[in-house]
Amino acid sequence: MDITDFYDTFFEEAEELLADMERHLLELDPAAPDTEQLNAIFRAAHSIKGGAGTFGFEILQRTTHLFENLLDHTRRGELRLRPDIVDTFLETKDMLNDQLDAYRNEQAPDQEAYERICQTLKTLALEEIGQALDGGAEPAAPAAAAAADPAPAPAATAAPADSPADQAATSETPAQDDGTALVVALIGVADKDRELLVEELAQLGEVLERRGDAQRHEVVLSTSVSAEDIEAVMCFIAEADQVEIRPCQSVAGTAPVTGTDSAPESAGDTAEKATAAPAPAAEPAPATPATDAGPAAAAATTADAGSPPPRQQRKTSAKPVKEASSIRVSVDKVDQIINLVGELIITQSMLDQTVSELDAAADPRLLNGMSLLQRNARDLQEAVMSVRMVPMDYVFSRYPRLVRDLASKLDKDVELTTEGESTELDKSLTERIIDPLTHLVRNSLDHGIESPEARLAAGKPATGRLTLSAQHQGGNILIEVIDDGAGLDRERILAKARESGLNVSDAMSDDEVWQLIFAPGFSTAAQVSDVSGRGVGMDVVKRNIQAMGGHVEILSRQGQGTTTRIVLPLTLAILDGMSIRVGEETFILPLSAVLESLQPSRDNLYAMAGDDQVLQVRDEYLPVVAVHSALDVANARTEITETIAVIVQGEGRRYALLVDDLIGQQQVVVKNLETNYRRVPGVSAATILGDGSVALILDIADLHRLDREKKQRRHHDTRGAHLLPESQPLTEDLSA
Amino acid sequence: MNQHTDLAAQAATDLSHREFLVFSLGDEEYAIDILKVQEIRGYENVTRIANAPAFIKGVTNLRGVIVPIVDLRIKFRLERVEYGGQTVVIVVNVGTRVVGIVVDAVSDVMTLAPEQIKPAPEFGVTLSSDYLSGLGSLEDRMLVLVDIDKLLTSDEMALVEHAGDGA
Repeated sequence: MDITDFYDTFFEEAEELLADMERHLLELDPAAPDTEQLNAIFRAAHSIKGGAGTFGFEILQRTTHLFENLLDHTRRGELRLRPDIVDTFLETKDMLNDQLDAYRNEQAPDQEAYERICQTLKTLALEEIGQALDGGAEPAAPAAAAAADPAPAPAATAAPADSPADQAATSETPAQDDGTALVVALIGVADKDRELLVEELAQLGEVLERRGDAQRHEVVLSTSVSAEDIEAVMCFIAEADQVEIRPCQSVAGTAPVTGTDSAPESAGDTAEKATAAPAPAAEPAPATPATDAGPAAAAATTADAGSPPPRQQRKTSAKPVKEASSIRVSVDKVDQIINLVGELIITQSMLDQTVSELDAAADPRLLNGMSLLQRNARDLQEAVMSVRMVPMDYVFSRYPRLVRDLASKLDKDVELTTEGESTELDKSLTERIIDPLTHLVRNSLDHGIESPEARLAAGKPATGRLTLSAQHQGGNILIEVIDDGAGLDRERILAKARESGLNVSDAMSDDEVWQLIFAPGFSTAAQVSDVSGRGVGMDVVKRNIQAMGGHVEILSRQGQGTTTRIVLPLTLAILDGMSIRVGEETFILPLSAVLESLQPSRDNLYAMAGDDQVLQVRDEYLPVVAVHSALDVANARTEITETIAVIVQGEGRRYALLVDDLIGQQQVVVKNLETNYRRVPGVSAATILGDGSVALILDIADLHRLDREKKQRRHHDTRGAHLLPESQPLTEDLSA
Repeated sequence: MNQHTDLAAQAATDLSHREFLVFSLGDEEYAIDILKVQEIRGYENVTRIANAPAFIKGVTNLRGVIVPIVDLRIKFRLERVEYGGQTVVIVVNVGTRVVGIVVDAVSDVMTLAPEQIKPAPEFGVTLSSDYLSGLGSLEDRMLVLVDIDKLLTSDEMALVEHAGDGA
């Protein structure tokens, strides 16, 4: 097996660790840092270092090494945190991200950036820790400086880097750990495998002693890992009966466990052992000064220094062997399963249709089997769909950083709260929601929330509040960006809209006015709200959301804030649909858009200019769109009273859709038309019906637009004859 | 026909020879590179797409994949366009896309040697020579070799959304 096979796992893991690290760094209160968090940050850095060493990513390893040292000082209270130190840490974290990306793309990481960050970290270490530590640390400091230079010889760099500020490892002394000593006996293991096993053990804890012969080789290990876990690790190489693990009882033979008093002695002891067998490269020279500087752990560091990367030691406290509770699977595989399940559902409903035509009494077993199959297929579908669901935390977790950075850049005081992080959403959607959401967050910070002074003047607390929330509502997910800023300015938007030649009137409802900011070209609007133009690229936001099958709503009150609500379907793969018939064709309406259906009567229909009609439903007048005219369906019912009016709502607009018949409700598997064809106006996607034929899924909002365009075109064609007034360009055309 | 098969067998050993699927549109014979062909199936169950050019018959379900169906006879302005038992759909792969083309009949698989392929002359407006890879001469027959990639991804086929022609 090639070690590169594990690269991806490492990259993904490291990425998660870095994200964790960032989260902790952001939560960290420099004045009173939480020890647990500092530990968590340290552990993350440490794990990355270990992995980087294993895979030979030298620059990443060295950067994390420096970082880890600093973090260690921090968590032991030797380095007092300041906001700017946290900034430096965050910067380092970004750098690590960059380096990781570079390695992932098989490029060399940016050498310059690497040197710069090392320099920063070192300066920090010198300044802060140099003062904190006693004089003994001083002479060691220059060595640290040398270490950061990317010297080619690994032994040369690693050794000094470890020694100076590296009291780090000291805390990891086995004796100080909670770990217990275990004797691991390897029985009849081949020489080659034995060395491998000992290395493995060294990763799990501190190898204190090795004894015995080739037949029975005992390793005394100080570790916090349980015997079962060790066994689990060993079984990759050795058979179960070749390994015997028991707690170490012999006090005399294993001095190190007894405590710190015997530490210096054991340090030498272990150092010798550690260097002797697996790492012949380690010279005895570095061991001596190390033993002087620090007690037992020096052994570990020397082993570090001498051994090539794969022997990178892991300290016991750093990462206990975690049981895998999840597996990583490529998205392609998951999508393939989802597609296949979709096929299965279609086949099942085809069978269902055929069976339903049979005589029910003929074979009850067949019918029973069919209903069982239906239930199982549905359960399977749900289970498979849930595989693709990820919590919104995946999205929200990237905003604390953005808000922090942006707020300090804008000199604003903003507190971010997130709600409903555990709400789950299809992975493909979470990835696509990030950009629009980032845009909205930026907008809220830039244009929504006022400066602390302005806020105080307005009688609001100086700290602005920005809330990101997610919740399920029916088959949709609502994602809201709520700020308590200045709100949208109706008058200004209207004025600006007039300026840009949009057709607006003062009588427009607030909702309609807010929708104006989504109009393209409104993006450059100069003074919509206080600072500059809210609405920068809002048309792009709207387009992106629409492309995901969702829509955006805005609620705003001047002086009190703005809420931008994104409504998205939970998944794009399955849709609750209502099948309808027009002429001989079958279409699917998304059930979420259907409000009600009724039989229109002449009394409720009113003609408007041209061939427009409105339908009165209770106290509302709704425009009428006939499917057959929008989509040119032949042989459809044209007598309006014989049709059925389905009241639908799309993008906040309500209208009556005329269809011939309602067939029924069903779940349909959404198939993309654009894979092999292109976007079709008025149609969002296609699906496969029970009989194997294709039905188009109608796009409610787009259908309205299409109908309007068609009517306009007809007007233009016949204008000369009828002298009809030119139809007014309405706002919706702008967003078309 | 036997003669051709012999020829094909003979030529198959020669790498410079290319194999073509020959189909007829009306009285004319056309051919496309056989490597582009995924399968041949009957014409059935096509769902119409509104507001699309007439030669786009609609979409069909090809084992769970939605595939557009193009009638080349309408595209090439043939006089007689009938859907009968012989009418077949050649499913072709164009890049990553799958497209079905309706033809009157599929007749043959032919192997053409390089010297049998003549450059296509500039002609008619209906079928621009841009979409032709040449003319194949085979004894008394002439095959119009269609560059199906170019034809189906062209603007005028309106099968592929090109940058800038979205809504």
